[in-house]
Amino acid sequence: MARLTIADLQARAAAPKPAPDKPVIRVGMSTCGLAAGAEPVFNALTEEAAARKVELRVARTGCAGMCSMEPLVEVQVPGQAAVMFGEVTPEFARSIIAAMAAGKPLPAESRAPSIAQLARIAGEPVGTGDEPIQYRIVMRNCGVIDPEEIDEYMDRGGYQSLAKVLSTMSPEDVIEEMKTAGLRGRGGAGFPAWLKWKLTRESVGDEHIIVCNGDEGDPGAYMDRSVLEGDPHAVLEGMLIGGYVIGAKQGYFYIRAEYPLAIQRIEKALRQARANGLLGNNILGTDFSFNVEVRLGAGAFVCGEETALIASLEGKRGTPTPRPPYPSVKGLWGQPTMINNVESLANISQIMLHGAEWFSKIGVGRSSGTKVFAVTGQVKHAGLVEIPMGVTLRQVVEGICGGSASDTPIKAVQTGGPSGGLIPASELDTPITYEDLIKLGSFMGSGGMIVMDENDDIVELSKFYLKFCVEESCGKCAPCRIGGTQMLRVLTKIADGNGTEADIATIRRLARAMQKASLCGLGQGAPNPVLSALRYFEPEFRGRLASGKN
Amino acid sequence: MSPTQTEEVALIAKRWKNKRGTLIMALHGLQDRYGYVPRDAAMQLGEAMDVPLARIYEVLTFYNYFRLESPGKHVVSVCLGTACYLKGAPQLLEQASKELGIKAGETSADGEHHLQVVRCVGCCGLAPVVTVNEELLAKVTPETLAAHLKAPVATENGKA
Repeated sequence: MARLTIADLQARAAAPKPAPDKPVIRVGMSTCGLAAGAEPVFNALTEEAAARKVELRVARTGCAGMCSMEPLVEVQVPGQAAVMFGEVTPEFARSIIAAMAAGKPLPAESRAPSIAQLARIAGEPVGTGDEPIQYRIVMRNCGVIDPEEIDEYMDRGGYQSLAKVLSTMSPEDVIEEMKTAGLRGRGGAGFPAWLKWKLTRESVGDEHIIVCNGDEGDPGAYMDRSVLEGDPHAVLEGMLIGGYVIGAKQGYFYIRAEYPLAIQRIEKALRQARANGLLGNNILGTDFSFNVEVRLGAGAFVCGEETALIASLEGKRGTPTPRPPYPSVKGLWGQPTMINNVESLANISQIMLHGAEWFSKIGVGRSSGTKVFAVTGQVKHAGLVEIPMGVTLRQVVEGICGGSASDTPIKAVQTGGPSGGLIPASELDTPITYEDLIKLGSFMGSGGMIVMDENDDIVELSKFYLKFCVEESCGKCAPCRIGGTQMLRVLTKIADGNGTEADIATIRRLARAMQKASLCGLGQGAPNPVLSALRYFEPEFRGRLASGKN
Repeated sequence: MSPTQTEEVALIAKRWKNKRGTLIMALHGLQDRYGYVPRDAAMQLGEAMDVPLARIYEVLTFYNYFRLESPGKHVVSVCLGTACYLKGAPQLLEQASKELGIKAGETSADGEHHLQVVRCVGCCGLAPVVTVNEELLAKVTPETLAAHLKAPVATENGKA
C-alpha cells in the first residue's frame, strides 16, 4: 500500500462520492453481536445471496447500540431509507434475501429503528421528520463502517482532521480550538481536555508520551469497548492529533485483557495506519513521526486511575502514587505523560474537522458535546446511547430505552459505577451534565447507567458496589484498605438484619474518613454508592435494623 | 519442563526483553499459551528477562487475570458485573457451583471444569452473561446454563 500524503487526503476529500450501486446489508459483529449469534446470520446472508444470485454486499460493522436486540441487520437499498432488523436468526436472514431476490417488500416483522431514525450523526445533514434525541459524534461510524477496513473510515472523512491539523494548525492553535470547544474528560471526572494537553505540552522532559486509557473497569459499562471495536481508527486519529500537540513520539493503548476483540481491532488499525503512512516516520509526508504500541491490563479496576495505570504500563503492580506530581509533569518513566480516555480521543477528529464553535453548541453550559452511556439493568431496550449533554435522565431511560422492562416501576438509576451514586426516580428530570449529577450525589462517570426497579434491593446493591471496591482495593493506603473492609462488615450486619442505629452513624463516619484520606479515586469514591443510597433510601436501611423489626 | 516449552518461553522472553516495562505483556504471553503461568516457565522467563522471581510473583499475584494453576479443560466464567448482578448472576453462580461441585476459583478433581467469577465482559446489554472457554453465552437462564455445563462432559463420555 502506498504511503499517503496530505495532498492525497485532500484529493480524496474533494473527489465526488460514488453513489452506491448495489444494496448493502450490514451485520453488527462486535462482541455483543457475535455473542448473540451474528456469525451464522452473516453466513446465511452471504450463502443465500450467492445461491439466489442477488447483487449485494454483506458487510461487517461494529455495534449500532441496540445491544439487547442483537443480532442486528441493516438493509440499505440505494435510493431508499435503510431498514433495521433486530434479533435476526439465520432463517430470517434467508427470508430477507428471498424477498430481495423476488423483488418483494422486505419482511415487516422483527423491525427495529434504523440508525438514521435513532440518532443525528455528526457531519451529516439533519433528516426529515422528528429529530431524534440521540446525537452521535463518538459513535458516528459504529454500526456503519467495517471497522477492519481503513478505506471505509477514510470514505467517511477519516484522517481528514489529521491532515488539516498537520498542514494548517500549530499545536497552540489546536489547544486554543480545544479550549473553545470545551471538551472535558469523558473518563468521568470531567477535567478540561485542553488544559491537560497544554500542561503536558509545557512540561519539560526527555520525551513526551500519550496514553489512551482503555481500561474500562466499571462493571456495567462498555462504551469504550464498543468504540474500540466499532471505530478503532477514530480513536487512533484522536491520539495522533494529541501526540502532535504535546510533542510526543510514542503513544500507548492500554486496554483491558478482557476485551480481546477490541485489542485485535486496534492492532489491525495500527497495521493499516502504518502501511498507509499514517503512523511511523514522517506521517503524511510531514516532520511529525509517531509510533503506537498496545499494552494490556490484567484485571485490576484500580488501573483506571492514572498513576496506577502508569505503574502497570511500567510492568509493575498497579498501585497508585500520591499526586502531585501529576502525570502531565512526571508520568510514565518519569516523563510528561498525557492520559486520555477512549471516548475523549474519539471526539477530537470531529472537533478539529467541524470546528470548536460547532462542538460547543452541542450540550449545555460547561458540559459541551455528547456523552455515551451504557444503559442496562431493568430497562426494555438495554444498549448504548449517545446524547447531547443537557438531555434529562428521563429522556434516556424512558424515551430512548423504553422505560421499565416489566410492570414494576423504576426505582433508581445508578451512574458512575463503583465510585458513583444512586439517583432516585423522583430526580429523573435532572439534565445530564457534570455539575447536575454531582449535585445529586453521583457523578458523570465513564458512562455506566444501571436502571433499577422497585423489586431491586438497595441495601444489597450498596453492598455489591462496596464489596467490589474492597476486593479491588490495592491495599496500599489504610483508609481504603481498612476503612472499606470495616464499612463492608457494618453494612453486611445491617443487610443481615443485625444492625443497630449506631451502625448507620458508623458508616457515615467511615465514609468521611475514606473520602478525605484515601490516596486515590478508588478509595475516595468507594463510599459514594453507600452514601447516596443512605441519602435517598435511608428508610430501607432502617427497616433492616434489628431494632426496626421490634 | 519439556524442550518445546523451553523454546516457547525463550521466544516470548526474546520478544519482550528489550522493550521497557513489558513484564506484564510477557506474562500474558505465557498465560495465552498455557492457560496459566506455570512456575517453571515464570522462572525461565525471569532469568531470560533479568527479572527476579519475586518481582514476577509480586505482579502475578496482584492482577486478577493471571492464574497460577492449570484451570482445567472448561473454564466457566460467571460475570458478576452490575448489570449481570441485577439480572440474576449470583443465582447462576450458585447453580454452577452446585452442579459442578466446586466453588468459584476452584477446579474440579477430574480437571474437567474450572469455575470463576469475572468482572464485566462488556456485554451488559445481554445480561446475564456466562462464558465457557471462548464462547460467550447471552441472556443466560438456569436451563441454558445447565445445558452448557453438561454438554462438554457429555461429549467426552460419548467419545469414551
